Amino acid sequence: MDWLAHTFDGLLGLALLWLAWQAMHAPGLFRSVVSYMVFGLVMALIWVRLEAPDIALAEAAIGAGATGALLLSALARLKDGSDAGRLHWRHPAELVFWLPFAAVTALVLGLTAWQLPAPGLGVDVARTLGQSGVDNPVTAVLLNFRSFDTLLEIGVLLVGVVAIWSLGPAPSPIVPKMPSPALPALGRALFPVFVLAATYLLWRGSHAPGGAFQAGAVMGAGGILMVLAGARPWLTGEEQGPWRWLLSLGLVAMLAVAVAMAALAGTFFAYPPALAAPLILALEISAALSIALLMFAVYLCGRPPDHWEAED
Amino acid sequence: MNELFLILAVVLLLNTTVGLVRILSGPHPADRMLAAEMFSTSAVVIMLLLAFATDRPPLVDVALVFALLSALAVVTFVSRAWSALKPTTDTDDHDGGNR
Amino acid sequence: MTVVGVIGAALVVAGVPFFLFGTLGLLRLPDTYSRLHALAKGDNVGLGLVCLGLGLQSGSVLVTLKLLMIWVLMLIASATGAGLIARTALARGVKPHGL
Repeated sequence: MDWLAHTFDGLLGLALLWLAWQAMHAPGLFRSVVSYMVFGLVMALIWVRLEAPDIALAEAAIGAGATGALLLSALARLKDGSDAGRLHWRHPAELVFWLPFAAVTALVLGLTAWQLPAPGLGVDVARTLGQSGVDNPVTAVLLNFRSFDTLLEIGVLLVGVVAIWSLGPAPSPIVPKMPSPALPALGRALFPVFVLAATYLLWRGSHAPGGAFQAGAVMGAGGILMVLAGARPWLTGEEQGPWRWLLSLGLVAMLAVAVAMAALAGTFFAYPPALAAPLILALEISAALSIALLMFAVYLCGRPPDHWEAED
Repeated sequence: MNELFLILAVVLLLNTTVGLVRILSGPHPADRMLAAEMFSTSAVVIMLLLAFATDRPPLVDVALVFALLSALAVVTFVSRAWSALKPTTDTDDHDGGNR
Repeated sequence: MTVVGVIGAALVVAGVPFFLFGTLGLLRLPDTYSRLHALAKGDNVGLGLVCLGLGLQSGSVLVTLKLLMIWVLMLIASATGAGLIARTALARGVKPHGL
């Protein structure tokens, strides 16, 4: 049993390193992108082996799904498809610097990891889990004990979308017309499943691996698939429009809760234990909605128009 | 029983890793994409086998997410190909246009 | 070990060769279209057998339903994906082997 698990882990590690090398140094960007997509799948398997199913879920949705779609679409927009700006080993002499540098960095990181306190904070989290309002320790940490981090993460996503929208209008059409009758059918068949899976993951977040980020990522990837299948996106970019409010809903809700708690109890983000469960649920729903829309908005590669033209 | 599933998972992982050579050899982008597709199917199976071998039901959800998103990569790949469609290119290895 | 458990394990074991042959086909077959054909076996029959076997092993209705859903999702994705990739390869001018 033990040696089997070790063989499995060793294989996974080797595959990961090989794919990482391919993603960086394969000739041709397309090969790199495909390697990187497989890298995401291997990474999800590794997270599972590291007993982190929550991260594996997020990695499966983001790394294997949305990132691949983003990178491939970006590749399609490169005009000449050239490898300009790509990292190459220009001179073997550079290795004289980089190899020792990498070795020292790995050594320092390894030593630091070695010196981390052994049981970590798991014991404390388990002890206070009863007051957090949820049964899943990961959700408790994300939305109660360390809500501040989650606030900043959602903020980063929102800033990313703002930056992308400010680069210019979304290209039109977003996807080329593909002559396949199967594609719209695929979109229609899968959309309900995406909604179902995202809702399920969101609901599970309170007591098992799952939660706002996973649900949002799955739904965002679902939206990307729908657009690729020929659906017209509803997301519009008009100022003061409803979509801008929905995009920032997660951040606004978290900030509102944090400030309200600060006014009531005197501490930023300190929920009273009685209110913790409903507050976390409300935050999860708003965050999941925002994350799904933000991931979708990123994919549009620019500010969507105020009104989508009806396609003929 | 658990050992059996772990052995199968190792066999499948080995099998898939060997199949990844197709990413290297191509020659057409579609071939590279096929290798990624094969990996995503195998990842679903490996995840399911791990879920049962180590008795962790949440992993079935991860496999479900894999299965749900496996269509996304192909559809994006195809849309990319149609947006830059240039006929009579057999390979992406030698011409600069399709990289 | 129950009879159902043994049947389940046997089904899982029976599913794995389809992936092995899928990889063999991916590496050895001469063109994109025949490689597509080889991979679809793993997606359809291989995954189906594994899901069926694991469903017999699980003894839980919810998990069995999830396994069924995973299989159906992969069937949809595999069938659509194969059609799309073949269509794209053809439009890109990839010649079928021997034509």
